[in-house]
Amino acid sequence: MALDRALVGRSYPPSAVYEVGRAKIAEFATAVGADDPVHRDPEAARAVGHPDVIAPPTFAIVVSLEAAFVVLSDDEVGLDYSRVVHGDQKFTHHRPIRAGDRLVATTTIDAVRSAAGNDLLTTRVELATEDGEQVCTATSMLVARG
Amino acid sequence: MDVPAVGTELPELQLRVTRADLVRYAGASGDFNPIHWSDRVATAVGLPGVIAHGMLTMGLAARAVTAWTGDPAALVDYQVRFGRPVVVPDDDDGAELTVRGTVAAHLEDGRVRVDLAVTSGGEKVLSLARAVVRLA
Repeated sequence: MALDRALVGRSYPPSAVYEVGRAKIAEFATAVGADDPVHRDPEAARAVGHPDVIAPPTFAIVVSLEAAFVVLSDDEVGLDYSRVVHGDQKFTHHRPIRAGDRLVATTTIDAVRSAAGNDLLTTRVELATEDGEQVCTATSMLVARG
Repeated sequence: MDVPAVGTELPELQLRVTRADLVRYAGASGDFNPIHWSDRVATAVGLPGVIAHGMLTMGLAARAVTAWTGDPAALVDYQVRFGRPVVVPDDDDGAELTVRGTVAAHLEDGRVRVDLAVTSGGEKVLSLARAVVRLA
């Protein structure tokens, strides 16, 4: 089923707050083999100018992919989740995510197109603090195999 | 770090990904899609077997860049296309990954673009893999 081009620009209400914890950052860092002490040791992080431990560069996916699920559960989008694979991913960091951040995710459909019988849908998730400070832009292209 | 010349190669990163790594990443990331832990489900959807999370491969590949700069916060922009799945056999060795990086361009504000080549068993698994790092 071809996606409706009128979906481009559709935005969803902000997510609930995700509070970034030191233990979650350390757990994620271990899982991707990121062994820099700035991910685990607050003193090491402060020594190089961060207020607290910082997350590895792809940690934002923990918050952003869940946020992007609002698109998959939108009946008007009508994507069959069982056919969806991750096509590409991009992160633009305005500053590192750090422990203590209270992040809100706002998801927008940036593009839809069809190629080789597949539906391609690009979602952009803006991660900002509760106070409105921009932290990360996470863009995901999802492929629904035809 | 002085701004390295275009064409400068980053130290190559070689690593292995085992089933245990996939389970650990599933828990850490919250991505419990069974194609990353169940051969039964993976083969039912047409895959050769359990595959690594694309985001795990992306996360591991970032280490080639962060180890080079010595500062994870310097990686300000990072993008990949998931080209080919990394099949991870249920044995002690798992799958092999090799990450090579090359300084591809100088950008404004002391930033450089690094292009990554990420292969497993000689096959490219990520394409258009690019990192922008701030060295100033």
